[in-house]
Amino acid sequence: MDFLLVQFLTGLANASALFLIASGLTVIFGVTRVVNFAHGSFYMLGAYLAWTIVRALWDWGGREPWLFVLGLLLAALAVGAIGALVEILLLRRIYRAPELFQLLATFGAVLIVQDITLALWGPEDLPLPRPRWLRAFIEVAGERFPLYDLILIFVGPVVLGLLWLLFQRTRFGILVRAATQDREMVAALGVDQRALFTGVFFLGSALAGLGGAIVLPSQNANLQMDLAIIAEAFVVVVVGGMGSVPGAFLASLLIAEVQAFGIVLVPKATLVLVFLVMAAVLMVRPYGLLGRPQAHARAPTGSVAPVIRAAPFVLKVVGASALALAAAAPLYAGPYGLTVLIELVVFVLFAASLHLLMGPGGVVSFGHAAYFGLGAYGAALGVRFLAVPMEVGLVLAPLLAGLFGVVFGWFVVRLSGVYLAMLTLAFAQIVWAAAFQWVELTGGDNGILGVWPSPWARDKALFLWLALALCIGATVLLRRAIYAPFGYGLRAARDSELRAEAVGLNAAQLRLVAFVIAAASAGIAGGVYAYAKGSVFPTYISIPKSVDALLMVLLGGVQTVSGPIVGAVAFHGLFLTLLQWVEWWRAALGLAIVALVLAFPEGVAGFVQRRWEARFGAAS
Amino acid sequence: MLEIARLNAFYGRAHILRDLALSVARGEVLVLLGRNGAGKSTTLKSIIGLVRPAPGSSIRFRDREIAGLAPHLIARLGIGYVPEERRIFTDLTVMENLEVGRRSPPEVRTPWTPERLFALFPNLARMKDRPGGRMSGGEQQMLTIARTLMGNPSLLLLDEPSEGLAPVIVEQMAEAIAAVKQAGITVLLSEQNLHFAARVADRAAIVEKGVIRWQGSLAALDAAPEVKAQYLSV
Ligand SMILES: Nc1ncnc2c1ncn2[C@@H]1O[C@H](COP(=O)(O)OP(=O)(O)OP(=O)(O)O)[C@@H](O)[C@H]1O
Ligand SMILES: [Mg+2]
Repeated sequence: MDFLLVQFLTGLANASALFLIASGLTVIFGVTRVVNFAHGSFYMLGAYLAWTIVRALWDWGGREPWLFVLGLLLAALAVGAIGALVEILLLRRIYRAPELFQLLATFGAVLIVQDITLALWGPEDLPLPRPRWLRAFIEVAGERFPLYDLILIFVGPVVLGLLWLLFQRTRFGILVRAATQDREMVAALGVDQRALFTGVFFLGSALAGLGGAIVLPSQNANLQMDLAIIAEAFVVVVVGGMGSVPGAFLASLLIAEVQAFGIVLVPKATLVLVFLVMAAVLMVRPYGLLGRPQAHARAPTGSVAPVIRAAPFVLKVVGASALALAAAAPLYAGPYGLTVLIELVVFVLFAASLHLLMGPGGVVSFGHAAYFGLGAYGAALGVRFLAVPMEVGLVLAPLLAGLFGVVFGWFVVRLSGVYLAMLTLAFAQIVWAAAFQWVELTGGDNGILGVWPSPWARDKALFLWLALALCIGATVLLRRAIYAPFGYGLRAARDSELRAEAVGLNAAQLRLVAFVIAAASAGIAGGVYAYAKGSVFPTYISIPKSVDALLMVLLGGVQTVSGPIVGAVAFHGLFLTLLQWVEWWRAALGLAIVALVLAFPEGVAGFVQRRWEARFGAAS
Repeated sequence: MLEIARLNAFYGRAHILRDLALSVARGEVLVLLGRNGAGKSTTLKSIIGLVRPAPGSSIRFRDREIAGLAPHLIARLGIGYVPEERRIFTDLTVMENLEVGRRSPPEVRTPWTPERLFALFPNLARMKDRPGGRMSGGEQQMLTIARTLMGNPSLLLLDEPSEGLAPVIVEQMAEAIAAVKQAGITVLLSEQNLHFAARVADRAAIVEKGVIRWQGSLAALDAAPEVKAQYLSV
């Protein structure tokens, strides 16, 4: 009983940090509608800056508690300033771009911050020295409970109160609330949105920085903090209702308690538990606990998605030539070249499968890597436990991915917009968590090794042809599906659910079918990838992998059929080049992403298509 | 006060306003008439900048070119916009809605205050702390006008202020517009209700398919049944 009480208090203490991060994220989303992946980076920077600032203050004035508090606040302010700077330098230029491009830009910022942090603070985890008063305990029902945690319990409610005052009593707060509902109207009333957005980014980032700073005494500052927290922060924001600060408070309590008791009850599945809670909440309340449908969420003027047109003849010729060139690669390329080509082929299918969902389906998935990973693990588990040959493994891959596609898709197609995207992210994190935590089955972090092709396919050239046959074959089938009646129905359902239903199409069912097809196709890509690499790891399912897929589709252009292919080749080529030649490849990749988003807000293929049409007229 | 020439506007590829030309004199109340979908709202949105006028369009406000400026800059020059859908901030109270609209350009001698606006719209005075989402349509219409007046505009754009209102409230609206005119504010409004238009406006302009087809006083319009038949009757 006493043990449960202590566990409950621990949950409350953790809820405070979670609330600080999530409240910042939710305020930023509410006003600017930017899904800010870089928010986790602000949290990480908060921890690192607090580490530096607090130690400097302690060196100067002794290890006093008040200097510690001052250091945390200074770190939060510094992170707020950095957030404002990111807004001014980066996001301000792309508010008119489609929302997903903003997301990509913030992901570029994540990569850049990772490398900057690494360069400034080094790769080691940094613990804060803990003077006696930071290590103090108090007695709670006969158990020892850290005094610092007890103080943390009060931080969340205090910040909630301060935010409430800010939003109710100040002009800035009133404008933020108004803009959360209808920012266009706020602008029409003469309010400069840019100043408002910068202010909101300052506030949100400072909150994230404070969140990172207050966990420093119990967790070391480390380079994994950013992505580790961002998924959790998204969960809290979505469960609370996007844009709602009180909702974020409730949700952070709920999630932190689920984690605190989850560790006791199901130590192997704490991560899974959190995401299951989120899925359950969204099924009952599709807009979160205290959220509501976005009023005035009309499409910005002039952004009607163009129809996808069949590729012009020239493009078919180019495609066929590229395919022939790839098939002939064993004649001119060395082993490294063939390996790269196999990867490229895999990613073309991976991107094309996501494109079916995003383009014709209008379903934006933030977690498509789940199905890629499930394909890879489907093959690898078959090898590990059933010792099946490659031919069977390559059948298991799409089966497992497709099966999960049915289960997850059933939930996903019932939602829309950002909530839908967040649920796909949550499902991907469930799969990732299983791969990571369920060591007996999946080998955890060590992955599964020895996933080798059948003897006849061990030759690189033959494996390349196998990969081409499977991946390009599937890609071609996916493209045909877009022009089949199924594809037309899907697009009709995307453009107007009501109209589609009026002519007898079942929109949710069409989307579910698309989801399963996309999942199974990604599964094929994952299966081939597993045999190409000879091993599988949880990283195949990680957030960056899902973002890779988004990048390929978006850089290629969502509304062109050739987009995912161009995008996959361009992105993976860029990635490999940077990896090979640039020491700080993460920062370079981040900068490249940001530059591409700034230069081609409609995607590379979309850009080419527009230029082409401007020159030669629209293809019929 | 406001001179529009060659105004073209698009939604995606749909060409909505076609070389529209219109001018509004200082102190007058000009009503834009036209059927559903004629382009009245698009004209007002183009003036405030919510719809971007196509290149080559010219909108001059007090001898300054404003076509292409951001909405908040246009609003700050002294143009107030009241949207057709009202777009009240439903989470905010009446007082907070007014606060969002508040701006004080220096040149205004007697700025609008909540007190002055409550005198104009007595209904609002009784619900200062009520959230906008829990007000009737008529109350919301009063609030949206009051909110825009808090910005002390010298030109007020009103999009169908009488739409969907009970006769008593329509009457109050007409009085409010008269008072606004009394206060020296120029008004450009769009209307479908000819009776209401005749009650408040000095002059009318008729839009059809994004072009101004007819202009003149309301008396002249009343004397021209063929114009009404061609452009206004449904
Ligand atoms: N957001 C939009 N996207 C695409 N087309 C639009 C949009 N808004 C209006 N339109 C079209 O532009 C044309 C002009 O619309 P507008 O709203 O200006 O008409 P209106 O004269 O105000 O009509 P009403 O009296 O019904 O308010 C119409 O054909 C309408 O369908
Ligand atoms: Mg209208």
